[in-house]
Amino acid sequence: HTMDEISAWMNQMERENPDVVSSMIYGKTYEDRNITLLKIGFESTTPKKAVWMDCGIHAREWIAPAFCQHFVKEILGSYKSDSKVNTLFKNLDFYITPVLNMDGYIYSWKEYTTRLWRKSRSPGTGDCTCFGTDLNRNFYANWGMVGISRDCCSDIYNGPTALSEPEAKAVTDFLGAYQNEMLCYLTIHSYGQLILVPYGHPNISAPNYDELMEVGLAAAKAITAVHGKSYKVGTPPDILYANSGSSRDFARLIGIPYSFTFELRDEGNYGFILPEDQIQPTCEEAYQGAMSIINYVHDKNFKSAAITVTATLWTTLTALYISSANVF
Amino acid sequence: MLCAHWSRLRRVSSRSCCATALRSTHSSTRLSSSPERIMKTFCSVWLLLSVVELSPAQEPPLACRGAAGPAPPQPETAEDMASTGDLEPTHYPARRAAQVALHYLNTRHGSPFRVFGLQQVHKASAEDVEAGGRKYKLDFSVTDWASGSAGPALRCSADVLFPRTERHSAPDVKLRCEALQQINRTVQEEEAFYQKHIPPDSAVSARDIPDSYGNMSEEMQPFWRLARVAASFIMLRESSENTEFNMVQMASVTQQESSEEQLMLEFVVLLHDLPSQEIVQWKLLASWSPDRGVRVLQTEWQPRCPHATKPPN
Repeated sequence: HTMDEISAWMNQMERENPDVVSSMIYGKTYEDRNITLLKIGFESTTPKKAVWMDCGIHAREWIAPAFCQHFVKEILGSYKSDSKVNTLFKNLDFYITPVLNMDGYIYSWKEYTTRLWRKSRSPGTGDCTCFGTDLNRNFYANWGMVGISRDCCSDIYNGPTALSEPEAKAVTDFLGAYQNEMLCYLTIHSYGQLILVPYGHPNISAPNYDELMEVGLAAAKAITAVHGKSYKVGTPPDILYANSGSSRDFARLIGIPYSFTFELRDEGNYGFILPEDQIQPTCEEAYQGAMSIINYVHDKNFKSAAITVTATLWTTLTALYISSANVF
Repeated sequence: MLCAHWSRLRRVSSRSCCATALRSTHSSTRLSSSPERIMKTFCSVWLLLSVVELSPAQEPPLACRGAAGPAPPQPETAEDMASTGDLEPTHYPARRAAQVALHYLNTRHGSPFRVFGLQQVHKASAEDVEAGGRKYKLDFSVTDWASGSAGPALRCSADVLFPRTERHSAPDVKLRCEALQQINRTVQEEEAFYQKHIPPDSAVSARDIPDSYGNMSEEMQPFWRLARVAASFIMLRESSENTEFNMVQMASVTQQESSEEQLMLEFVVLLHDLPSQEIVQWKLLASWSPDRGVRVLQTEWQPRCPHATKPPN
């Protein structure tokens, strides 16, 4: 879908679901477009915990914005009937940005020769004759240390300075403001079929690395259950390449405990230009993966319902065990 | 001082070279004005020098960014890259080496109806060898993309040697796959495809396959696969431990006059290197027949100017 179609669809979602959807403009792109997210969840007088999802940091990864749209469609279509989703809506707010790098995305739709654009569309500074900064190298997270290029024409150019790009700044400011509420940060990319956990730098480890790996592996399992596709889980220096200045690392560094990058289909057969018939299945499997993580994060923070059920189960089992042991 | 001038000259000349090159793609452009003629001569010499430079060690000129020799820095993972012994099969060093073996497999056994893809790496190890190279031993499975998820997985083992020399040189691959001869050879389809396009009046030509939206017609599939197999020759040659190539698009295919009963196809392919995220463009001339398989006769790195879009003042 073109950016215009997506924007129109966002308005439509807001209009059709006024009690659970509202939009927020939280920044501007270089070319002065409004960066907009959809806030989804039940209204509340008290501040709620939150989950963040952004798609389309990299312009050519078209499957990512498609997934954000699919995700929104799914949760809006199921919160009334599905008790799990309903509970999520009660306890959490989803902040979903279907296209973060709007300038780049629009540029990649322009013509065949621009299809593979990746970066933002800010002009080069100083001597530079090339456009664009890699937004996912521009964040204040070990900026400039590894996996970047200082050549402004490079596709991994990390910008003249950290946070030089308004798109990256917008996300930074928002996450900063919602630091205490934000439980989970998900950023959607392609391709590779990977779930990446912090950090992109080989020499540092997130304090909850083990847990992140567990959660990631569970999500990968949920993904495979849908259409049989295998997703690998690990840090970028392990399974992809070292990098710095990523949004995922920034989120983790400011204390958002669960921060993941999804690299959707495929594994290199078609790469960025995924066939149309793979869009739906990719979105379906990624939805299960994302939900697996979101449910885990939710259940960890909102024990009530879950714990009663689990406690009852364990008490019953223990009682059974004790009574059967007494028989001997 | 000299360097600044030189790089500025390069940039200026590269921009105008691009423009000139685009204008005279299939030559025979009569240029009217003498400045244009001078420019064309300069550019031709420039490009000629670049092409000459390119063979055999494919070091691209620095015209138009989109480095064909993606220049990623030092190897990033201390453990896998430096250590000798077992490698984690799901980690990228093993996967990159396996992809190189895949490229080799495709150059040998790829066809318009068969392209192999990596399914899984089972075991991997690496060791430094004399003369400063690094040899990977791999145990992995591959599938044929053409038969989709229905196809069987083939078990392969390979030794992939990455030389560590001043100038890049191609990795060396020794490969064994079980039951390679026994998998369903797509003889009928190959023969039909060959017969359809070998006659002199066949002049297939297409652009942007798949298109921006991922569409590819049935008729184009075998050409896309041929491009992918031909691109494997380049990807194999250009690979190092710091690259990971995939073909993201067949930018164009133009059938040439058949020669020695071989289908002759000129491709322009777009390759993507994961670590540098660069898109690299190559033009190549390849031949194919059911008997001889794919051969690549000429390759030419092509500058891309998508980044340098600031209009000349």
